[in-house]
Amino acid sequence: MGKAWKFEDNLNTDEIIPARFNITIDERELASKVFCEVRPDFAPGVQPGDVVVASWNFGCGSSREHAPIAIRGSQVRCVIAASYARIFFRNAINIGLPILECPQAAAEINEGDEVEVNLTSGEIFDRTTGRSFQAKPLPEFVLKIAEAGGLVRFLKEHSLEELVE
Amino acid sequence: MGTLVEEIFARRVGHSVEPGEIVLLDVDAIMSHDNTTPLAIKAFREIGKPLRDPDKVVIHFDHAYPAPNLLAAENQQKITRFVREQGIRHFYRRGVCHQVMIEEGFVRPGGILIGADSHTVTYGALGAFSTGLGSSEVGAAWVTGKTWFRVPQTILVRLEGQTQPGVYSKDVMIALAGQLGMDGATYRCLEFAGSYIDELPVHARIVFANMSVEVGAKCGLIAPDQRTVDYLQRETKAQPPFEVFQAINPRYERVIEMDVSTLEPQVACHPDVDHVKPLREVAGLEIDQVYIGTCTNARYEDLEIAAGILRGRQVAPYTRTLVTPASQTIYEKALANGLIQVFLDAGCTVNAPGCGACIGRHGGVLAPGERAFTTMNRNFIGRMGSPDAEIYLGSPATAAATALAGKIADPRPYV
Ligand code: SF4
Repeated sequence: MGKAWKFEDNLNTDEIIPARFNITIDERELASKVFCEVRPDFAPGVQPGDVVVASWNFGCGSSREHAPIAIRGSQVRCVIAASYARIFFRNAINIGLPILECPQAAAEINEGDEVEVNLTSGEIFDRTTGRSFQAKPLPEFVLKIAEAGGLVRFLKEHSLEELVE
Repeated sequence: MGTLVEEIFARRVGHSVEPGEIVLLDVDAIMSHDNTTPLAIKAFREIGKPLRDPDKVVIHFDHAYPAPNLLAAENQQKITRFVREQGIRHFYRRGVCHQVMIEEGFVRPGGILIGADSHTVTYGALGAFSTGLGSSEVGAAWVTGKTWFRVPQTILVRLEGQTQPGVYSKDVMIALAGQLGMDGATYRCLEFAGSYIDELPVHARIVFANMSVEVGAKCGLIAPDQRTVDYLQRETKAQPPFEVFQAINPRYERVIEMDVSTLEPQVACHPDVDHVKPLREVAGLEIDQVYIGTCTNARYEDLEIAAGILRGRQVAPYTRTLVTPASQTIYEKALANGLIQVFLDAGCTVNAPGCGACIGRHGGVLAPGERAFTTMNRNFIGRMGSPDAEIYLGSPATAAATALAGKIADPRPYV
């Protein structure tokens, strides 16, 4: 269980991690700057297991993987958003950052709510309000990558062809 | 059969495809740059398998080049070592990756290219499917030579009529972004067509493909035609034969129509690309820095338009005006034809080809409270430096007129 940190619509990759900090690929260093401009309280305050709750088009903008890596580095349990920008979605799956798509949860979970998430089933439970939500299931081939823990790990054991079988 | 993207995918896989289907595609080129290559190398090393075809790998130094600080220098050193170790021949330090990809002949109609950069969509203007991916996928593609895609739905954008003097493809694209919104085409392919596109020179078509990602699109395509072929032959090292093809009995998710003939110059205002206003509503806003550059609008023709306005005049005394040609090739041509002299005489600063001020790391970083007018494609908060700076986007002509006035100004009196 963890606390919800709420974010707005169209949160872009520069807002997740400003371009000037992308010079490093060190996960901890990136995590120390994550959301630094839109939520300066996030990096110092986030606890392992907290969840990022965002709205529509989360992660739009650049293709930089630094953005999901910075979020992963903050040790949040997952991101819940109404929808994701295309490249961010792929990147999150590829680097093994759990993400759930659920417009209702994104709209109804409040800042600071205690939230429980079952990543396998996609069930989301807001303890504070007592409401539960069901996230969209991931497409099967995407699940294969996610279950392996990301694309790199998947490719160590498998071939790309297995994705579309 | 199908929309342009379906047609390109079908040619590659050898059977027709439907939106929603997952396809595994061989790619012609895998592009990355100084900003995204280090993570790709990390992924590649972790996978631990050999590079499938070094000749498909194209690496550019453009984002922070020449290195402005020690970290950037170390990154570039690492990449250079990797390039040498792996025998990668396609290694460029000649300007913005996307422009160089086109000039050096990697882009051909019907081609399939991926890149660790969101503006990889740029090549769609020449009838190639190209899109941005993350570094891990680039590292993976180095190993597999392939990548997967879900066949996207297509939105047709039909543009009719001719723009008035002083109004450019950038203005049309900004107007469209305002209409579609920043997630208006997420996961979709945008196909640009109509009499306006038919008559439009290829350098100006590129703006549409380039900015299609600004509304979330997976790709932005224009059917290759005779203009495309002429452009490839004249301006690039791409080797013929070039295919000319069109959508056949396409089914579009929706169709957007716009008559461009009454359009005025447009500005995308701080802080979102879909925060669009006609220029007259923001004219007079004071500007600290004008930046003419980037993969959107720093081609030779763009510089020519700006130089036409700046020739024999002086930029405003408190407005830094930076010109960064998109590539070395463009720089050479601008130099040979006297455009660089025009910029220097007008009081501009001409920077080395590359991304320059676009990502706020060098070549024109903004201070808190400053306001920039640029020919870039996105105006995210903090993009050019301080998060307390503002970025406005418009055409090269508007940028030049703005540089002269020191405030956002209409280019039409000059053209
Ligand atoms: S010029 Fe700007 S938008 Fe284009 S590739 Fe470089 S950083 Fe990206």
